[in-house]
Formats: sequence, structure tokens, C-alpha cells
Amino acid sequence: MKTSPSAFGRLLAALALAAAGPSGGAPFEDTMAQRALACTACHGKEGRAGPDGYYPRIAGKPAGYLYNQLLNFREARRNYALMTRMTDPLSDTYLMEIAQHFAALDLPYAAPPRPTAAAEVLRRGQELALKGDASRQIPACAQCHGQALTGVQPNTPGLLGLPRDYLNAQLGAWKTRQRRAHAPDCMAQIADQLTSDDVAAVSGWLASQALPANTKAVAALSAPLPIPCGSAPAPVPLGAQK
Amino acid sequence: MKKLAIVVLGGLALLGGAAALVWSLNLRDEVDVTAPAVPVAATPELIARGAYLARAGNCMTCHTTRGGTPYAGGYGIATPFGTVYASNLTPDEKTGIGSWSPAHFWRALHNGRSKDGRLLYPAFPYPDYTQVTRADSDAIYAYLRSLPAAAQPNRPHALRWPYSTQTALAVWRALYFNPGTYEADTGKSAEWNRGAYLVRGLGHCAACHTARNVMGASDIKLDLAGGLIPMQNWYAPSLASPVEAGVADWDAQHIVSLLRTGVSPRATAIGPMAEVVLHSTQHLSADDLGAMATFLKALPPASPNSGKASPKPTPVDPKFAARGAKLYQQHCVQCHGTQGQGVPGAYPPLAGNRAVTMPTAVNLVQFVLNGGYAPATAGNPRPFGMPPFVLVLSDSDIAAVLTHLRTSWGNQASPVSEFDVNRIRTGPG
Repeated sequence: MKTSPSAFGRLLAALALAAAGPSGGAPFEDTMAQRALACTACHGKEGRAGPDGYYPRIAGKPAGYLYNQLLNFREARRNYALMTRMTDPLSDTYLMEIAQHFAALDLPYAAPPRPTAAAEVLRRGQELALKGDASRQIPACAQCHGQALTGVQPNTPGLLGLPRDYLNAQLGAWKTRQRRAHAPDCMAQIADQLTSDDVAAVSGWLASQALPANTKAVAALSAPLPIPCGSAPAPVPLGAQK
Repeated sequence: MKKLAIVVLGGLALLGGAAALVWSLNLRDEVDVTAPAVPVAATPELIARGAYLARAGNCMTCHTTRGGTPYAGGYGIATPFGTVYASNLTPDEKTGIGSWSPAHFWRALHNGRSKDGRLLYPAFPYPDYTQVTRADSDAIYAYLRSLPAAAQPNRPHALRWPYSTQTALAVWRALYFNPGTYEADTGKSAEWNRGAYLVRGLGHCAACHTARNVMGASDIKLDLAGGLIPMQNWYAPSLASPVEAGVADWDAQHIVSLLRTGVSPRATAIGPMAEVVLHSTQHLSADDLGAMATFLKALPPASPNSGKASPKPTPVDPKFAARGAKLYQQHCVQCHGTQGQGVPGAYPPLAGNRAVTMPTAVNLVQFVLNGGYAPATAGNPRPFGMPPFVLVLSDSDIAAVLTHLRTSWGNQASPVSEFDVNRIRTGPG
């Protein structure tokens, strides 16, 4: 078969047109990043803080953790109207795929903001985060979230690189049961032990810490969990769902 | 004195007569639940058929709380009269329908009366379900009885007086509720009739797509001609209007595709309709979806309830227009394109899209404010999404950009005002 140069040219032009995006700018790609544009509008490529300071970074968090949170929003264990509306029409399988997409992102962290709390408050926060308070049955954050506080695969999130307001809001929500997890809800038990001063101290300290050189969640903890924690089972593939 | 007595007695007689009339109207076409039960063998086939029909009726969506036990009830349906809580349909003896007979279940579906004789609120769409056949009712009953029993007491409704009273409900029913099973139109095909049965009965499409009057009753004269969904601030477009969601000129396969996958070359299901596709229509057979398409295609054209489209384009203030065009370049063009052409299969076109140009803009405002995804269905498992702009754009920004969409690329719809946006931003839903 012989292709005339002009026909070939037309084919090239058509291909170029198809590759260019609808705006003539960034090309449309049939990818997860394209599908996640609705998420990154608020969470940013790197999970920036939104105008109201509550948006957590999601890039690089363990996939199991992100998947559980997406389910929690859809099933009212966490309550934020925009997230409920986003997750409402999506299947378990797709939510897991979205979780895996963000978990696989490896993006640099911004330097932490300068702490605004008093030195004494920060010292108290550091102590709670790294040592806990045995007298009040409060385990250290590091006992579950990893020595470096960068999280543990597959379901435990890192605690660094998050806005202080977000951390405060989460611990507060756990105390009032506005945020819940699958039973046994370990964080609810811990939050019950924390006073509002404890919450402010630990949030203030965590938000002011720089990430270590290795920002990734560790594969496993060196010691067993101090208290049991619940998670959703992995999703049933689409079609096998009831 | 004698005169007064006559007036009083006459008044009482009238009241008594009205009460008797309301009473008798409420008993129309009721089954005798005390009659010896005709046993229905709960074969696996019957249970499977019941499960299918329960999907067609989308029963689970209202009878399950977010993250709760399926069919255990407790979900609150907000109405202009207060909140109605859906009941426990699992076979628990005390809190569910464990002690119900097939006749009790049929009476609830067909007559809107509970086992204990109480009248049910029409948030439970028995004005539509009344069309369902006894055989289908028995199948759904068999399916519900096959579910694991969940002991979850029903939550009392939170309705304002007088709507909270059975008397008010009896009067409402006397005025607006007619029991009656579906009667086939012998002049139409079997397929059309099957479609009509599903759309009017279990599908209860009219519950949203037909306007309700101030008493919350669907006006059957304006059948499927569109309606604002009470308390949700979404508009269910007219299924009979060529300027809204009428499908008379659609390829039947595109209608089936929309109901089965949530997307089609002509439209995408979002908001409350995404929920319907996700939980109900995607699970229906090709034959049943085809029948619904046949029926919907044949609906007689009618003007929509959302108001008349403006006869000629309203002039837009040039500064407002320029602002809308600029915002479009900043926030929308990346996906929807310089000519509002979209990307087939991913982002809907805005040029010539009836969801953009229909008289009311409430759905556009909803979607720009809050964003969302098309439903993740077996036929479209990885849908694309729209970001929320509620925190990014002001009411007047959104009004400007929506006005741009409605007046560009050949679109000639009325402008959107800041007030239109604010009403949705601050309202329920």
C-alpha cells in the first residue's frame, strides 16, 4: 500500500490535534492524574493547605490509610460535605485506585512553618509525641506512627507536614466522635485521654517539625502496637460486589 | 337559640360526613390482611427476582443510613414538613418486618398502610409503588425476608404539627392518593408497557421528575415534566421536554447507556441521578432498560416546569461578560475546551448541552460549587470528576462564569445572577 505524502501529512496533523488538549494547552491524558484533578483542586499536587487551612497533604500517605479515609467520608465516619459528595458515587475499587495513585506520589515537602506556641508548650508536645504519658495511658505517637513519625504501611499515616489547624481539628473531632474509624477505634480511645492543652501542644509541635531525609512510611513497626486498631478490608473487585 | 342548635348540628353532621368520606377514601382497594395467608414459597429464584426488583425500586438507598446495616432503616429524608425516617426492612421480629405477612407488605406498598394500621408518609413513594403487581410485591417481600435480621428500632419522624398527625395524613391521602395497579395500554407494545410499569411504578421517577404542589403532592397532570427536588436544591429536569431531558430524538442505545453506565454521548448523570444510576438502574437488565427507553422516547412533548426559556438572548453587561470569559480561561478551559467542546468520554461539552442551557441553572450552580463525579459503574468504573469551586470562587464569580457558559458558542440561555448562586450556596443540600 502506498500512502501519498499529503495523506500522511493529514494523518500527522490529525494525530497532533488529537494529542493536544481541548484548550490547546496541556494534552488530555487518559490517566489517574487526569481523573484526580477534582481532588488536586483543593489538595494540590503536593497537598497544600487550602484557603481555610484544613487541607491535609495526601501525596505519599500509605494507600491503606487513604482508602480507609475515603470510605470513612462516604460512610459518615468522617464528616466533611465536600468529601462526602466527592466519594458518594464511587466504588470501593475505584476509591482504592485513587488512594494508590496518591500514595505513589513522591513529591518534596515544604519547610515547616515557624512554631507560634511557647517553648514550654512545644516541649510538652514533643514529649507526648515521642514518649507519651504512661501515667494517663497515653501511648506516644511514635509507637504507632513510626519512630520518625512518617507512618507505617499499610494503614497508619505519617504525622509530619500537616497544618496545625488540621491536626487540631482531627484530634478535636475524634474527641467528639465527629471523626471515627473502623472498630476498634484506637485514636478515639487516645483522644479521650487528651486534654485540649495536650491537643494544642502535640499539634503545635508536630506541625513545626521538618521531615527526615527519608519521608516514606516504614514497612513495619519494630514493636507490637500498644492498642489494637481497626481498618476496612481491602475492596472486593467491581462486579463481585453485592 | 333553636337556629344556633341547627347550625351546630348541621356543622357537626358535615364534619362527620367529611370524616367518613376521608376514612372511606383511605380504605380504597385495601387487602384483607386477616384473610388466611396464601403461602408463597421463597425459592432461590423468587428471592433473586425480589433482589432485582428491590434494585429497580432503589429501596436500599433510603432504607440504609450512611455506613449502616443495609435495609435496617434510620435514614432521614428531609421534607418541607420535617424529617421522615425510613424504617427497618430486615426480618427482625421486633424492629423490622419479621412479623409481617406478604399481605401486610403488599398493603404497605399498594395502600401506604403499615402493619399496625398506621398511615405511612408519602416520602415512602407508595403513590408510585401502588402500581406494582402483587407478584412483584411478594418477590420483594421474599427477598427482604432472606436478609440477615438487624435489631435496630425505628426512629420516630420529626415532623411539624399538623403534618405529624394521622388526621392530616388521612386528609392528604383522600385528596392526593389513588391506589391502583398498573393497567396495560393495549394500544401500545409489550415493551412500551413494561417500560411504563417500571418508570411509573418501582422506578418512581415521578417522585423527582414531576413537580410537587405546596402540599408535597406530585401533580400528575404535569407528568415527568420536571421538578425542583424538595430540600435538595437540585432540579430533576423534564423527561418530556426537548429543551431539558426529553429523549424523543435520542438513539435508544444512548438512553440505555446513560441508565446503565451513568455516561452517554448525549448526557452524564450527576448529583441525585448519579445515585439512582449507581444503586438502581445500572443493575437492570438490557431488556428492562430498553423498555424504559422505549417508554421515555414516546412521552408526549410538554413544556418544562422550570419556566420558559427567554424568547431572545438577554443582553449581558460587557464587563460581566469579560469577567466570565476570563474566569473560564482560568478555571474551565483545561477540561472543557476553548470552544466548550469537552473531551468525549471524559468531560461533557458545554456548547449545545441542555444541562447548561435549560431554563433553571440550579444544577449548574450545585455542580460548580460542590463538584463531584459521575457514578463509578460496572460500565464506567473509572469516571472523571469536577473540582469544587465553593472555596475558590465568589457568588458573583460563579454567576459570571455560568453566564459565560450559557451565552457562548451558540448557547442562548438567560444569565445567572449572584443571587441565584447565593441561594444555593447558603441553602440546604
